[in-house]
Amino acid sequence: MKPALPPLATRRRSLKLLTCPLNGSRNISEFTYGGEYHTTVNHLTTSARDWAEHVFFHDNAAGLVTEWWCHTASSFWFLAERNTITDEVVRTFKADKIYTQRIDFGTINPESQS
Amino acid sequence: MPFGLLKYGLSRTYPAKHHFTPSKDLKRHYDVVIIGGGGHGAAIAYNLAKYHGITKVAILEKGYLGGGNTARNTAVIRSNYLTEAGVKFYSESVRLFNNLSNEFNYNVMMENRGQLTLAHSDAAIRSFRWRAEVNQHMGVRSELVDRQTISELVPNLNMSEDSRFPILAGLWHADGATARHDAVAWGYAKGACDRGVELHQLTEVEDIEITSGRVTAVKTNRGRVECGCVVQAVAGASSIVAKKAGIPLPIHCYPLQAMVTQPYKPILTPHVSSPQVHVYVHQTSRGEFVIGGGSDPYPLYNTRATLDQRETLSAAAMELFPFLAQARLLRQWAGTTDMTPDYSPIMGLSPVENYYLDAGWGTWGFKATPICGVTMAELVATKKVPDIIKPFELERFYRFEQINEAGATAASH
Ligand SMILES: Cc1cc2nc3c(=O)[nH]c(=O)nc-3n(C[C@H](O)[C@H](O)[C@H](O)COP(=O)(O)OP(=O)(O)OC[C@H]3O[C@@H](n4cnc5c(N)ncnc54)[C@H](O)[C@@H]3O)c2cc1C
Repeated sequence: MKPALPPLATRRRSLKLLTCPLNGSRNISEFTYGGEYHTTVNHLTTSARDWAEHVFFHDNAAGLVTEWWCHTASSFWFLAERNTITDEVVRTFKADKIYTQRIDFGTINPESQS
Repeated sequence: MPFGLLKYGLSRTYPAKHHFTPSKDLKRHYDVVIIGGGGHGAAIAYNLAKYHGITKVAILEKGYLGGGNTARNTAVIRSNYLTEAGVKFYSESVRLFNNLSNEFNYNVMMENRGQLTLAHSDAAIRSFRWRAEVNQHMGVRSELVDRQTISELVPNLNMSEDSRFPILAGLWHADGATARHDAVAWGYAKGACDRGVELHQLTEVEDIEITSGRVTAVKTNRGRVECGCVVQAVAGASSIVAKKAGIPLPIHCYPLQAMVTQPYKPILTPHVSSPQVHVYVHQTSRGEFVIGGGSDPYPLYNTRATLDQRETLSAAAMELFPFLAQARLLRQWAGTTDMTPDYSPIMGLSPVENYYLDAGWGTWGFKATPICGVTMAELVATKKVPDIIKPFELERFYRFEQINEAGATAASH
């Protein structure tokens, strides 16, 4: 399965600038990669096995992926769609595009822990 | 006389001797299909053929033999790791490496020049002392050394106390070595092919057929091949290939870059590494300075070289060896490294019964080539996981039993 590549004219040679949704276009050295975006599992209801998979395992896909980035200087976290073969960033956007509501996992009941 | 030479050149009686049997058509079935013709794939095939008499084996390689990370690594061989499992495993590999030229009757240019890792902080000294204790306990030559000893081991190292990160102490590993990486892959592949293994280059595995929890065949760009079992040894393509077999892996792929200078007269004997300034340097027997360091800052399936990395590596190398400012760079390159969360490999069984994993080799897998060949072949032949690789099974992540080699791996390879 080969991912569709963007047309040549819009492809950049390599990632040198990244557009932060808060601070605009900045040098890549100002950013920190924050890992793949995936839906967060509920630690209260998930099995140890699924939790391990959530924590350690990755898609590690070759092609278009959605991932977390942080503008280190301003500590602003956001999401980016990037092609992991061509290193081209298709778009960046604020997390509230995905997280429209607050996620509440509740609290761990100390009694239920052994 | 040149004409005399021409006679030999054109003669059918004196054909050039080929290392490997020329590739034939793919057979319909092999007992063992090895995906990936790097050093690891070749070593596994060699051991299957030579020590287990299993020769209906095909190595399927999408590019050319040893053209992946085997061709791109900086050939550092060492065993001064931190965990018991790690030290046991890598020291056995170093032992096998020392005899490899004899084993093949083929020169892999093993050079036992030692490795020096530099401490620029108290925290580093503490961790080096810990490593030295573990190493010595397990019979590995590894010791904490002071500034005086460092100056004697590497007279042209910058020992100034006015530098950004002055050198305080070092971890000296007399067992550290290098070998010619291409020769390792060629030696294994030649020995395997001489015993009947088939090496199929330009043969890419595109799909994997699984029927009721067992692999039955692989589909390649040259047709379908049935198989008794599969060993996957594809380093940077680990996640992509495992996904075809429905196996998720705890791997992220990052580029790792390195570069070499033009050759100069020999002035540097051991391998010198600094986890603090993120660089390591050694001089090859040809005279080139090999310079490597940390991985790229984010994942990528691309082997481009970057100016950023060239600048940081050069600056760091010049901090240790100021004379390198005059050196000219010859080449810079990258490989796609399959990084695991704990910087240890993933070896052994997988959720698919007859599908074996040799993955997660990241920036440290060249030194493990011989021991991977021995242990993975034993696993395939006996269906029993050898004790020495048991700790590295994929299942460890589900049990939260990681084997942390991050500190002993960063920028040291
Ligand atoms: C710059 C750099 C420096 C390094 N330095 C060191 C070092 O000093 N010491 C050390 O111990 N390690 C080092 N490493 C790590 C080391 O190179 C690797 O861990 C090791 O070479 C892995 O060997 P391999 O045989 O598993 O993989 P490879 O040599 O990468 O072989 C895998 C093969 O699989 C093939 N393949 C992939 N997908 C398919 C498919 N679908 N079908 C068929 N074939 C496929 C590839 O073409 C490739 O040839 C370094 C790596 C890099 C990039």
